[in-house]
Amino acid sequence: MRSNVIEVRHLSKAFGTNVVLKDINFGVARGSVTTVIGASGSGKSTMLRCINLLEKATGGEILYDGENILEKGVNPAEYRSKVGMVFQSFNLFDNMTVLENCMIGMTKVLRIGKDEARKNAMYYLEKVGMAPYINAKPRQLSGGQKQRVAIARALAMEPDVLLFDEPTSALDPQMVGEVLQIMRMLAREGLTMIVVTHEMAFAREVSNHVIFMANGVIVEEGSPEDIFGNPKDSRTKEFLARVIER
Amino acid sequence: MLPTGFWERVVFLFFEYSDSFAHGIYVTMVIATISTLIGCIIGFGVGIVQTIPTERKERPFHWFMVKIVQLLLNAYVELFRGTPMMVQAMFIYYGIAMVFGITMNMWTAAIFIVSINTGAYMAESVRGGILSIDNGQTEGAKAIGMTHFQTMIYVVLPQALRNIMPQIGNNLIVNIKDSCVLSVIGTVEVFYTTKSVAGTYYTYFEAFTIAMVIYFLLTFICSRILRYFENRMDGPDNYELAATDPKVAAAGTYRFNDKKAKRFAEMAEMEA
Repeated sequence: MRSNVIEVRHLSKAFGTNVVLKDINFGVARGSVTTVIGASGSGKSTMLRCINLLEKATGGEILYDGENILEKGVNPAEYRSKVGMVFQSFNLFDNMTVLENCMIGMTKVLRIGKDEARKNAMYYLEKVGMAPYINAKPRQLSGGQKQRVAIARALAMEPDVLLFDEPTSALDPQMVGEVLQIMRMLAREGLTMIVVTHEMAFAREVSNHVIFMANGVIVEEGSPEDIFGNPKDSRTKEFLARVIER
Repeated sequence: MLPTGFWERVVFLFFEYSDSFAHGIYVTMVIATISTLIGCIIGFGVGIVQTIPTERKERPFHWFMVKIVQLLLNAYVELFRGTPMMVQAMFIYYGIAMVFGITMNMWTAAIFIVSINTGAYMAESVRGGILSIDNGQTEGAKAIGMTHFQTMIYVVLPQALRNIMPQIGNNLIVNIKDSCVLSVIGTVEVFYTTKSVAGTYYTYFEAFTIAMVIYFLLTFICSRILRYFENRMDGPDNYELAATDPKVAAAGTYRFNDKKAKRFAEMAEMEA
């Protein structure tokens, strides 16, 4: 039996009286790609941010390697160095060059020596095709290039799990492809990923597991064939009809 | 012996008392620059503490301690922003002499007073600078496992510093000018010097013409120097692509001026 690297149990989240997540349950197998789809405001991003501890869950458990990370005494910084995140708005450090962006986590968090950190950073930058741009500052790059660097920065930490929060939503259509290409490659290499996305073709093609969310609950989940080919819930059908029509 | 024309008298006074003016300028500039520097350090310290995140429910003790320190620092900022520096100078200088029986050395007193004053103003600037940095920067840092402190040191503060550079420049200029209030505790800076010079021959207009020019030149030069540093902090507008073939890498990243273009054309011709 493959053990789940991340296991979410009865997760709930409320902003004041506004409940945005209700009783979320799912598991992520090591080496699998889980995509989370659903309309804007369905709670997908909030859920992902809860998993990265950027939002504090109001209830439930998130198990990472069997350990509940919502418990007191868990060091969030240490946990985040193993479960990385790629953001919709890239969030590259504006005061650093591309290379420095990819090195800082290794030198300051993992305490790897500068030379080795540079070598690792170069390896991942090459992987995302951004090696020639090591001296550029984020403001000098296009959106797609920034996102590729952000992915390299996250990969350089050699995370166990990588979370993607709508990684292509802020990109021009022609730049979406270059980012998805890299994510496909990572999926093939067996990186465990949870991807919140509006790219249905990508979700269908790459993921092992698809979760459809609406109004803060998981409406339906299953293999991409099931969800896209044979959706059971009327809300799933309606959503897919709407996005695929487009 | 005193010349009859106005400008002649100005020139006469300037050369007659050039040593005094030079000393005044020296004192003013040392007090202004050192105090601005110390004030910035105070301001950064206070600004960092003021923005420490804490949660009452999660860590009650941590929350309580942070709040106490923040309250004290707030009191400091409000007190020193809310009273004139001239009054503070008198209050501190004579207060310490009365209460502790210590007569502060002129330099110590002057730098102490201007520093804590600048610190109070800078604290608010730094806090504003920190708050102005997009939350995404902090989240990006958190997501690769940085602690709050690391995030501050490596990501937020360098960017905040750039944003508040104009404020630091402002403070330096204000300090150059406002150090003149220290004459009330006997600091012999430009204003004090000018007053003494003016009194000797009853040439107030002439002497203060010199002071006006001196103050303006000092502040103007300083503001230009700071602007230069600001531009340097922004870094170059272009970047070089790192690749094996430099000719390919450079394509599109440089703008050649006509002179250079001509020289390249000539070189190409020679090669051919």
